[in-house]
Amino acid sequence: MTLRLICCLCFFLAAPLSAENSVPDPAPAHPELRPVLDDFGGMPGLTALMDTFMEIMLEDPRLRPFFEHTENDRIKRQLAEQFCVILGGDCVYTGRDMVESHNGSIIDRADFNALVEDLQIAMDRHNIPFRSQNKLLAILAPMHREVITPKAE
Amino acid sequence: MSCRSLSRTALIAMAIVLYCHTPLHAQTVDAPAGLSGKLLLTGGVTQVEGSAGGGLTPWAVIGGYGSEDQIGANAYYTRVDVSDYGLDSYGVLVGFYDRFEISLARQRFDTQRIGAALGLGSGFEFEQDIVGLKWRVAGDAVVEQDSWLPQISIGLQHKRNKQGDIVRAVGAQDSSGTDVYISATKLYLAQSLLLNGTLRFTKANQMGILGFGGDRRDSYRAQLEMSAAYLLSRQLAIGAEYRSKPNNLGIADEDDWWDVFLAWAPNKHVSMTLAYVDLGNIVIADDQTGYYFSLQGGF
Repeated sequence: MTLRLICCLCFFLAAPLSAENSVPDPAPAHPELRPVLDDFGGMPGLTALMDTFMEIMLEDPRLRPFFEHTENDRIKRQLAEQFCVILGGDCVYTGRDMVESHNGSIIDRADFNALVEDLQIAMDRHNIPFRSQNKLLAILAPMHREVITPKAE
Repeated sequence: MSCRSLSRTALIAMAIVLYCHTPLHAQTVDAPAGLSGKLLLTGGVTQVEGSAGGGLTPWAVIGGYGSEDQIGANAYYTRVDVSDYGLDSYGVLVGFYDRFEISLARQRFDTQRIGAALGLGSGFEFEQDIVGLKWRVAGDAVVEQDSWLPQISIGLQHKRNKQGDIVRAVGAQDSSGTDVYISATKLYLAQSLLLNGTLRFTKANQMGILGFGGDRRDSYRAQLEMSAAYLLSRQLAIGAEYRSKPNNLGIADEDDWWDVFLAWAPNKHVSMTLAYVDLGNIVIADDQTGYYFSLQGGF
């Protein structure tokens, strides 16, 4: 017990140090959001959602340029994995971190918001309750820091 | 330009915007690349003095749908009808780079039958023009969901009342004045809840309709304004607002205001707000309650 407590303490003390200069976890698990995952229909629901999401993005002139020459089956699979892990599911995220996975593109805030909009449209089409949509978006929103290309100084 | 022709121009501009941008169906993407990069309703609506916010109070959001690298703009018309008075308000605002907002508004306050009782004549109207400026100084109300910091803006509203002689006759010290405010707005996305608090420093009597400063008091007072909105969907929000007011004039007590509202934005080019408002006592008429309707068009 004491040993566990010390380990715990060490972890918390060490965490801020190791977190410095490292990229945030692209798929932070939120076990408390497990009921939200059920609203998404679990991993099968997420997989179906990503098909719709990618279709909408490829029809969207604002986002098509980002996805027309990419490996979209892999992207859809990894997005489903990422959302599944975030929503407390028993999944593994096999993708890269959010800086690396967006490195090749110039992405601004309007692009980021356009993607959020298309995701919202996809979630609406899959009848995912609005409150549950927002619980997932609340975790994804801060990732704008890694996704959006920093302005040149 | 007369106020009626300005109001007609604003309505025609809105109609053109509506006609050109009405999407085929609500689920389609309604923003072209390079414009309207903000998410639906995250620019707020236009409040009764012309700044982006709720209905009665300015928020820290920058009006229009322009995101960081874009410009957004809109025009609005608002009608408030309470027991004994009517208020028309209309104007335009431009938001630059989600950083800076400039707004122009005109208010026309119709005293209806009370005008006769006050010796001004039935249907006597007070009119004032308002220039607003707002600067976002910190935070982001929408995306910083893991941070406690709200979006914070500072702003001013410079108001010029056109009935200077009459507002001085009721005890006001000035026919023009400048309100200064600081607003904090935060969207609590996991709760689908938006909260705003605004601290306004003002000498205005009934927003400036009855001038600035009074026989009872002629100094700036801090007033608290609060809004809460619950998001029902991307397009629809319900909420309530409260606005405290100073009490400078000897002729009548000035009450705080509150409202409950429903705001609907079918797309990024139009929004409508409907509210029930309680404006309390205004001069000799108590319990001024009624409806508030606002139409807004832009990008």
